[in-house]
Formats: sequence, structure tokens, C-alpha cells
Amino acid sequence: MQSFDAIVIGGGTNGMACAARLTKGGKRVLVLDAADRPGGAAVGGDPASGALQMPLAHLLMMLDPRVHAGMDLDQHGFSYAATDLTTTALSATGDHLVLEGPAGASVSGSLSDADRAAWATLRKRLLTYAEALVPFRALTPPRIARKAGNDMLGLAKIGLGLRRLGREEFREFLRLFLINVADFLEDDLTDDRLRGVLAFDAVLGSWLGPRSPNSLLVYLNRLAGEAAGTRAALALPKGGMGTVADAMARSTAASGVTLQSGARVERILIEDDRATGVVLTSGETYRAPTIVSAAGPKQTLLDLVGARHLDTGFVRRTRNIRSRGGAAKLHLALTARPDFRGADLATRLMIAPDINTVENAFNATKYGEVPERPVMEIVIPTAHEGTGTDDPHLLSAIVQFAPHDPRDGLDKARKQMLANTLNVLEDHAPGIGGLISERELLMPQDIEARYGMAGGNWHHGELSVEQMLFLRPFADVAQYSTPIAGLWLASAGSHPGGGISGAAGWNAAERILSGVAA
Amino acid sequence: MKDLRHHFETPLRTTAFHDRVAAANVLNEWAPWAGYTTATVLEDAETEYTAIRNTASLYDLCPMIKYRITGPDAVDYLNRLTLRDVARLPVDAVHYTAWCDDHGKLLDDGTLFRLGEAEFLLCCQERHLPWLADSTLGFDVAIRDATDEIAGLSLQGPCTAAVLTEAGFDVSALKPFRIARYPFKGGTLTISRTGFTGDLGYELWIEPGLALPLWDRLMEAGGYCGIRPVGSAALNLARIEAGFITTNADFVPADQAVREDRVRSPYEMALDWMIDFGKGHFNGRRALLKEHDTQSSEWAFVALDIEGNVAADHAILYDGRDREIGQVTSAAWSPVTKSSIALAHMRRPYDTRAKGGIWAEIYALRELHYVKLMMKAEIVARPFFAPPRRRATPPGRF
Ligand SMILES: Cc1cc2nc3c(=O)[nH]c(=O)nc-3n(C[C@H](O)[C@H](O)[C@H](O)COP(=O)(O)OP(=O)(O)OC[C@H]3O[C@@H](n4cnc5c(N)ncnc54)[C@H](O)[C@@H]3O)c2cc1C
Repeated sequence: MQSFDAIVIGGGTNGMACAARLTKGGKRVLVLDAADRPGGAAVGGDPASGALQMPLAHLLMMLDPRVHAGMDLDQHGFSYAATDLTTTALSATGDHLVLEGPAGASVSGSLSDADRAAWATLRKRLLTYAEALVPFRALTPPRIARKAGNDMLGLAKIGLGLRRLGREEFREFLRLFLINVADFLEDDLTDDRLRGVLAFDAVLGSWLGPRSPNSLLVYLNRLAGEAAGTRAALALPKGGMGTVADAMARSTAASGVTLQSGARVERILIEDDRATGVVLTSGETYRAPTIVSAAGPKQTLLDLVGARHLDTGFVRRTRNIRSRGGAAKLHLALTARPDFRGADLATRLMIAPDINTVENAFNATKYGEVPERPVMEIVIPTAHEGTGTDDPHLLSAIVQFAPHDPRDGLDKARKQMLANTLNVLEDHAPGIGGLISERELLMPQDIEARYGMAGGNWHHGELSVEQMLFLRPFADVAQYSTPIAGLWLASAGSHPGGGISGAAGWNAAERILSGVAA
Repeated sequence: MKDLRHHFETPLRTTAFHDRVAAANVLNEWAPWAGYTTATVLEDAETEYTAIRNTASLYDLCPMIKYRITGPDAVDYLNRLTLRDVARLPVDAVHYTAWCDDHGKLLDDGTLFRLGEAEFLLCCQERHLPWLADSTLGFDVAIRDATDEIAGLSLQGPCTAAVLTEAGFDVSALKPFRIARYPFKGGTLTISRTGFTGDLGYELWIEPGLALPLWDRLMEAGGYCGIRPVGSAALNLARIEAGFITTNADFVPADQAVREDRVRSPYEMALDWMIDFGKGHFNGRRALLKEHDTQSSEWAFVALDIEGNVAADHAILYDGRDREIGQVTSAAWSPVTKSSIALAHMRRPYDTRAKGGIWAEIYALRELHYVKLMMKAEIVARPFFAPPRRRATPPGRF
């Protein structure tokens, strides 16, 4: 049997990025992925199958430039269909607001001059703060302890960057760190549509409403991402999100990584308190001195390692990782082009009419209920690929908020969620209901079952102030290493969190290669 | 099921032996222990101590916390929880053990009773249900607080085997740390040859409804030697002589300690003999292995013989006359050894190298005024008192 230096569990974007980086460092790597095709949430449908198979993630905004360049993705079939996507804040009356450029650099539509000016100021401030966060993303979080062996030079550089904000701005930065996004927006803006989409963007993928504390922070994190070299831009790969997964898979294969699909790891072998291999559900065993799990931290520690090998306090902290999912995913096949009251379909279409609608949609989930008026981010991938008016279209929408613990059971909730979502869609695109030929709504529970994300959470564990940086997923394991020698974490559940990015996997690989003991 | 909402109306509960203890408690001296009343002294602490050491004594153990641990994974569960190898504990035997948090710091010590292949009773000083319950993840076990379900009575002293025989329970073959069962008034009396006095003695476990008849039977059977109920003051003196530690007297449990330097590892409490690194993972193992490999223990736990006759409670210890090196945790004038004895935390390496000699700073209260005494102390072997009769099987007849 071939021998490997490292086994990566999970061939999502983080698993593949990690494997690629380890290979660059001279390691022979085996990637084991449970799904039929590697790529995790970025896996696209098989175009030949004709079935409604759409990737969970539908926009690219966090792809780590180190991963993009380091994996030579452009050489492996990756290119953009759209960079710097425009956002349309849909209005049910057709009075849309159109935000162009990264993070809405310019706004067209009926917006008061006062709001225009205020937004320009706010946007600049948000981007400045987001910029201050950028260098953190590529760093192993420091350990808050004496003699912890931190990368002091790297930290000093970031500290310097924060200092450059100036005293006033730094104070403001600290204030905004913990603020709720609703307060932030209501202080300066009056337009409901603008406030609505910004509030939605802030809580996208979070288990937070716009009035929940700390809800601005995740938005700052997202703005710290980039697409096609532009900070805070949104992009769509040519051929759909699936091409990111495919390009990554080709790149890893080309670099000599052995990638095995349909290989679900059942447990991690631990001998003499060291991780020495993995056992698949099929019973096959693979051994290597380094085991990296790019499946989420909860699954890895509780199921694959098992509580017996861990201390009780550590197990408590693992179980307490907050990981509720609030995002549902809607996939529709449409027989013809839908009409969102004249909106440009080749933009990101947002239904989030005002802050309170977003907040109310979140409120419902607290009681295990489905929101009456869900809010959503819609992408029509077919509109970017030159499809004609009478041709069939596909629609992908992230719909919030779905109850993590539905009071009346999952099946009822799914049905209700679909019905309510279609109602809201119908209000904005009259007649769309008549165009639907196929439909699929994935609740967070379905997402967990299909992709293995704990709770169906976007980040494999909520990305929130108490689970960030050196607290991600919790302090004991924030440097990618675990108490089990030879076992490392590399999923979105680790710093810097989720998105189709590869950052966590890349960081973990660099940490492993640095020679620090796990 | 009793209505738990009314718990506050009875801040301290009484034990199954309360009626008898109260009748004997002519001084009416009570103290709280784990939510129950316990007698500190009944009549005269010295006389009670004398009963422990010379004849037979009865002590109400009911407030001791007892957890019943059952299920197919009970051995594995307890091996992950505690320091010693539970697989080596035979059925109907008891061992003294301890358990740690993730950082290898002590949470408590206690006695583990193996009542069946997959049935255990863990007895300890503090409550740990959340920790024990959270530790069950991944193990097929059930945990129950059984404190209320079992009445415990400690029968200690050189005449106790004779008293039990007189009472109709032949314990002559029962070895130390072993368990035997006897029919008693339609129920079952469980007797373990265990105790907290370092002497011959037994602990008796009975359903609460049979507690008073058992008490009466023993008092009657022990009449010939002057058996006597004792309070916690006398027992404490005996346990210090035996060199036993008490949680929250000799160390602060890691989950209760507020001050960073109060927590102690097994190495720092001289309990490292319990640690079995070979049995697989257990709570705190990685931290303890590191402590072992790097020799990073900061404290040592020592027994001291101190000059003079004033108990050195909470005395600060010095190397020479000015360098602080430790603290006394338990101390007494020991009648049986005729010396002032103490248990103490000592900062390493002064436990082996106190160049100026070890001195105890004792404050003796004399007619409203403290008098400061600087007394020379010497590290001695623990226990201070260990009579051969505690181990003899069959026990001698006294
Ligand atoms: C509804 C929703 C919409 C989203 N939309 C977007 C978006 O538009 N843009 C964006 O950037 N991000 C989006 N995200 C977030 C993004 O999908 C994740 O953060 C990202 O996929 C995390 O990447 P990963 O590689 O860590 O994990 P994943 O992509 O989840 O990959 C994990 C891989 O591990 C495999 N695996 C799991 N367990 C095992 C096992 N035991 N053995 C073997 N293999 C195993 C799985 O098969 C999977 O391939 C969305 C998330 C959700 C929930």
C-alpha cells in the first residue's frame, strides 16, 4: 500500500487547500472525502445529469488569494463569469435600489442626497475597518498565555496597522466591534431598502438578527474578503460555483495529492495518545503520522476522536461550540425567465425590504417557527451565461431564517418555509410560481445531513465575537492543533471561519509545516 | 416524590441516624456538612477520641456524598474519570482514589466501592454531579446521586470486630478494603473494612429505614467495651494522626478555587502513587504526564513533627526565620504519638532542602492575646500512627 505523510479528512475547499499547501511543503497527502465529488459546499451539479443539482454556496467573495495563486486555479479551468457583481435591493413596487461596485460603491435609484452622502461615509469607514482585519485572516491566532510561542513579528505588523487608524478611528473601531448592525445603520441612514440589504448582509449565515449584539462584526469579516483581486467584491465563476471545486480538485491531483471520494471517515485511530490513522465506514484503514480534519471541529472531536480520548472539560467546551444554522437554501428550475419587476437578473437580487423584516424573520426561529416573510439573497446563475429569454433558468436563494429546532417537526417546517418563501418571491416576481418545474428547499438540518456542517451552520460553528480568532472554535484548539498529538483541525470551524475560501485549510497547513508539535 | 420546591424551608436536613445522635448530643453542638446537620462534639471530644483509639466508636456518615455508577461501560468510564486503574479493582473491594480536571489539578479524592461487575459507588466530600454527568458522553453508564438512599455509619476502634461479631455479623474473614453482606431485619447490611481513622474499623451501609435498629443493635453489642457515638472533632484528630487528607481542608478542589495558585496536582498532594499512565486516557493525563516529564510540580505535601504542644493550625512555614516556604493545612496535638503533628503544603524544593531548617510560625491564643511562637519542625513519615492491628486478619479480639 502507498504510504502517506498526512491524511486530510474532508475534501471541501479547506481540505483541498490544506492538502495542496502540505504537498508544496513536501508532504505526500491523501484526501478522503465522503461525497461523490470533492469540493464540499462548492460542488456543483453534474450538468449532464439534468437534475436539479445546485451547489450550496452560490457566490464567491472569500476565496483566499494565497489559495487562488498557490493552487494555480486559473491553470485548472477556473475563470470568472462576473467579477464585482452588482446588488439589487428589490422593491415589491419595482422601485429598486441598485448598488454597484464593491460593497455598493455607487447607488442608483431613488435615494435622497443625504442618504447617499451618509452611505459614502459609512461605507468608507466599514472598508477601513475591514482592511484592518485582513492580515489576521492569514495568521495562526495568537495564544493568550505566557511563553506561548506566538508569531510576534506578524502580530506587531497587525498592531501597527490598527494604530495607523488613528486614535479616534481606533476608538470607533472598538465601539463598532460589538455593536448591532441595526443601531449602526439607523444612526445615519433613513432609506429602508438600503438599511434592509445592509442588515441582511451583516447577518447572512449567522444565527443573529440585525438587532443582536455583535452583528456588525461578521459583516466586517465578509468585507475583508475579496474576489478577483477586489476587496469586498462579489463574483461568480464561469460555469458556476462548481468550477471552483473542480479546479481545486484538478490542481490537487496535478500536484500529486491522492484524492479519494466516497470515503467517509468513521473514526480516527488513536494509539498511545497519538493520531495514527483513520478507519472508513467501509472498514478500510489508512495510516499516517499526521491527520488533519477538514470536517467540522464538533464532528471531528466528538464523533471521529470520541470523548474517551479527551478530558471532560475539553469535551464540554467542544459541545458548547455554538453552531446553529439559520440559513435555508432554495433551488428552483424555471421554465422561462422570471421578471423581478424589471430588475437586472445578472445581479445579486436581495429581498430584505427593511431592518425589521429581517429582525422579524429571525425572531420566529427563537420560537421554533418559520417566518411569515423570510428574507433572501437570490442568484440566477443562468442569467450570467448568456441564456435567452425563453430558455429555462435556475434560481438559487439563501433564505433566512429557518428554525434550528422546528416546533412542529422538520417536515412541516420545510413545507411551510417553502410556501412562505414562494409567496415572498411571487410578490416580487409576479408569475414566478407558474414557471417552476422543479423545486428543492434545504433546511439547516438537511444541510447538516448532506454536507456535515454542524447544525447546518455556514461556518461549521458560528462566527461570532466569542468564537473568533484565538477563541475559534475555542481557546484550547485555536492554533489548529489538538490535545491529540498528530491531529490537526482545518475546516471553516477554525480561524478565520467559513466561505468558499480555503483560508483555514491553508493556515492549518502552514502551521503544520512550521514544525510546531500538535 | 417529595416536592423539591420547598427545599429552602429546610436549609439543613437531618440524617437517618439523627434521632440517636441528637439524643447522645448532650452539648447540642452541630455543624453543617453537605446540606445535613452533623454533630461536632457530643459530650467530650477527648473521651470520644479515646473511644476511637481504645474501644469502639460510632460516627454518622450519612452526609458523605455517594454516587451510584452503573452500566456496561462503568469500568471504562471510571478509568477515564479517576487516576487509578479501576479494572484492577475486584468486585466487593474498595480503593482510595482521586480525580482531576483537564489541567491535572485535583477535584476531589474518595473511595470507590465495586459492588458488582458493572456497579460502583463513589464516595467523596464534595458534590460533582455536573462533572460526573458531563463525563458520561460516549459511555454507556448511568449516574445517580445516592446520598439519600444509603445510610452510612462508621464503626472504628480496636474492639469493632468483636462488637460486630457480638451483634451477629461475623467479620473475622473480612480483609481491609473488602466488602461483605449480611442479612439484617429483612434487609441487607453491607460492611466494608474501611475508615478514616487509620485503625481497625468498618463502614456500614444500610437502607435508611433500618438505620435506627442497626444503631441500637451496635450500641447494645458494644456495651461491654463502652462503645460511644463520636463527633467530627474526635474523628478529625484521628484522621490527622492517620495522615489522611480532607478536601477543602488540605486542598481546594480545582473547580472551587478562585486563586490561581491554590489548585494542586496529585504530585503536589503526594497522591501521585495513584496515577496509572498505562491504563489509557484519563482526565488530566496529558497535563500530568507533562508535569511528570518536566518535573514542574511546584508544591510538595508533607507531614511535620513540630516542637512544643500547641497545635500549629494554619501556621506559615519558613526556611530559616524569614523565607516563606509553606502552609500548614491540618494540625493537632496528637495524644497517641505525644507530639504536635501537622500536614502541610511546602513549596519545592524546600521539602528536601530547607537550609535554615523548617520553622512554623504559630499563634497561640492565651487569654485574648495571640502569642507568636516560632517552632522548629521536621518532616516525618506519614501516617503518624499506624498500628499493625489495622491490617490483621482475622482481627485481634480486644
Ligand atoms: C446555506 C449556505 C449557503 C452558503 N453560501 C455561500 C456562498 O454563497 N459563498 C460562500 O463563500 N460561502 C457560502 N457558504 C459557506 C460555505 O459553504 C462554507 O463556509 C464552506 O463550504 C466551508 O468549507 P469547508 O471546506 O470548511 O467545508 P465544507 O465545504 O462543508 O466541506 C467539508 C467536506 O468534508 C466532507 N466530510 C465531512 N465529514 C466527513 C467524514 N467523516 N469523512 C470524510 N469526509 C467528510 C464533506 O463531504 C465535505 O466535502 C454557505 C453556507 C451555507 C450553509
